[in-house]
Amino acid sequence: MATQQTTTAGRVLVAPSVILLFVWMIVPLVMTLYFSSLRYSLLDPDNVSFVGLQNYTAFLTDPDFLTALYNTLVLVISVLIISVCGGILVALLMDQPVFGQNVLRLMVIAPFFVIPTVSALVWKNLLMNPDSGLFAWIARSLGFDPIVWFTNWPMLSVIVIVSWEWLPFASLILLTALQSLDEEQKEAASLDGAGPISYFGYIVLPHIARAITVVILIETIFLLSVFAEIYVTTAGGPGNATTNIPFLVYKQALLNFDIGGASAGGIIAVILANIVAFFLVRIIGRNLEG
Amino acid sequence: MGSIQLKSVKKAFGAVSVINGIDLGIENGEFAVFVGPSGCGKSTLLRLIAGLEDVTSGQVLIDGKDATNIGPSKRGLAMVFQSYALYPHMSVRGNIAFALKMAGQGADVIEQKVRKAAATLNLTDYLDRKPRQLSGGQRQRVAIGRAIVREPKAFLFDEPLSNLDAALRVQMRVEIGELHNALKTTMIYVTHDQVEAMTMADKIVVLDRGSVAQVGSPLELYNRPNGLFVAGFIGSPTMNMIRGPSAEKRGAATIGIRPEHADISTTAGEWPATVRLAEHLGSDTFVHAEADGIGPLTLRLEGEAPLHPDQRIFVTPREAHLHKFDKDGKRIG
Repeated sequence: MATQQTTTAGRVLVAPSVILLFVWMIVPLVMTLYFSSLRYSLLDPDNVSFVGLQNYTAFLTDPDFLTALYNTLVLVISVLIISVCGGILVALLMDQPVFGQNVLRLMVIAPFFVIPTVSALVWKNLLMNPDSGLFAWIARSLGFDPIVWFTNWPMLSVIVIVSWEWLPFASLILLTALQSLDEEQKEAASLDGAGPISYFGYIVLPHIARAITVVILIETIFLLSVFAEIYVTTAGGPGNATTNIPFLVYKQALLNFDIGGASAGGIIAVILANIVAFFLVRIIGRNLEG
Repeated sequence: MGSIQLKSVKKAFGAVSVINGIDLGIENGEFAVFVGPSGCGKSTLLRLIAGLEDVTSGQVLIDGKDATNIGPSKRGLAMVFQSYALYPHMSVRGNIAFALKMAGQGADVIEQKVRKAAATLNLTDYLDRKPRQLSGGQRQRVAIGRAIVREPKAFLFDEPLSNLDAALRVQMRVEIGELHNALKTTMIYVTHDQVEAMTMADKIVVLDRGSVAQVGSPLELYNRPNGLFVAGFIGSPTMNMIRGPSAEKRGAATIGIRPEHADISTTAGEWPATVRLAEHLGSDTFVHAEADGIGPLTLRLEGEAPLHPDQRIFVTPREAHLHKFDKDGKRIG
């Protein structure tokens, strides 16, 4: 079917969607680039002037920026570690034959379908609230003082909430990978004298390595832009303790009303995400080949 | 070393009984083949010996010692799987060395043993390849190599050739036979292909619905099948079974005559018949004929027979090669 005519017809037919997607991407990007070169404050919208790279230098030299970068990395890496390690454990458990397996799987996957705002509210008001939360009740019943989560352990609280959202995703992908492992390989390994730990290390882990790579890549993309959970629970505080880059950009735009600075921050976030993606693909992308 | 005894071994999955009490002895160095139609329990029996399944009752003895409750890796048996079950992310070297590594042997010893096994199986040039870069026959050899390095008391083969094409199957059959001659280790081989069973085995165990139908050397089974099942299963093309007056005349409910043990004449004979089809293989001619009042007959003639469809022929069985069975399907005489 690859005649000259069909190839041309194919290009013509896909052109509208390709053009639409391209415009969809390029217009906001160019607009953001444009705004990032302006002195544009919503408090003084009539007074807009070109300032070059001033917004970038201001954003990058802002002491909050390094804190936000650090917080972003802490959040991403912690959630990756928790969700991948936890996901492997949950997947191994769900792979065992148990009564009510299907219902159990559905329940494990459920948190992934709760929108971030709602799950953050549930954690904030029903679980971690120091007066009326479940954790506080448990602590008091055991005779301890309740933990004031969002004041004393703000980053840990956010990590716990975000991990709770992403654990099901990791479990689900890793479970399907586990289930594609050939039963005869398991038997061959048991004849070869591999105990449970050797079996996991030499047979299971290499088998699910590719799925782990996929989980890390996808999760990283989404974890770099975590916002709703922070907005709902700590609002970036106390101080800057839970301000990550997306939240810093939000603060710049809608709390400081500085559109130029926020646009510069947005572009910097895009560049940082690309740097991370580049190294991720270099380091673990090899697993996706072959 | 490597004799295996089964003592009234039974296996049931839930209410379904798969193996109904099997007693069997396999001597050290013997090449035993379990053969039978699908669902007869031959693979299950092999897995019971390997320890991959638990027996429901009965005993498995290896070298005279009770191994019923010993784990698969401690029984000293090695198995070659139907799908080969190679570890896809390990090189050929890694696959062959895995069991030795698990046993905690030193790197020098492992390398030496792997090299020796690879040399035996013509795999030396492929040691650093991954299984997916190998052909079907080479993968098969890696699977065998993985078994050899463990120096097992017995090899267990679970339909190892069923994934190969016809030409390769014949070649690997010869290679496995030669390997047995070289190693002199006990081998148990499961197949549904009676040709493999006949060509490779010292001892054939014919299984039928979870029970042993007959045990014997290939020629014993060919010459003296103990019942209709074995008679029909061993031999290709299958034996002709004839009921009615011809059988009653000889004092049997059913008589059996192999395709190669009947004479064809164009003038006179016991059973008049019409040729339906003649298959000319060059060395042999298979004749499919319809005998009057008896039904279809398959006959095998040496060389080229000048027969054509719709020709009238007369078939006469050779009395010395007739098999007689009573009404329960048991052999008479």
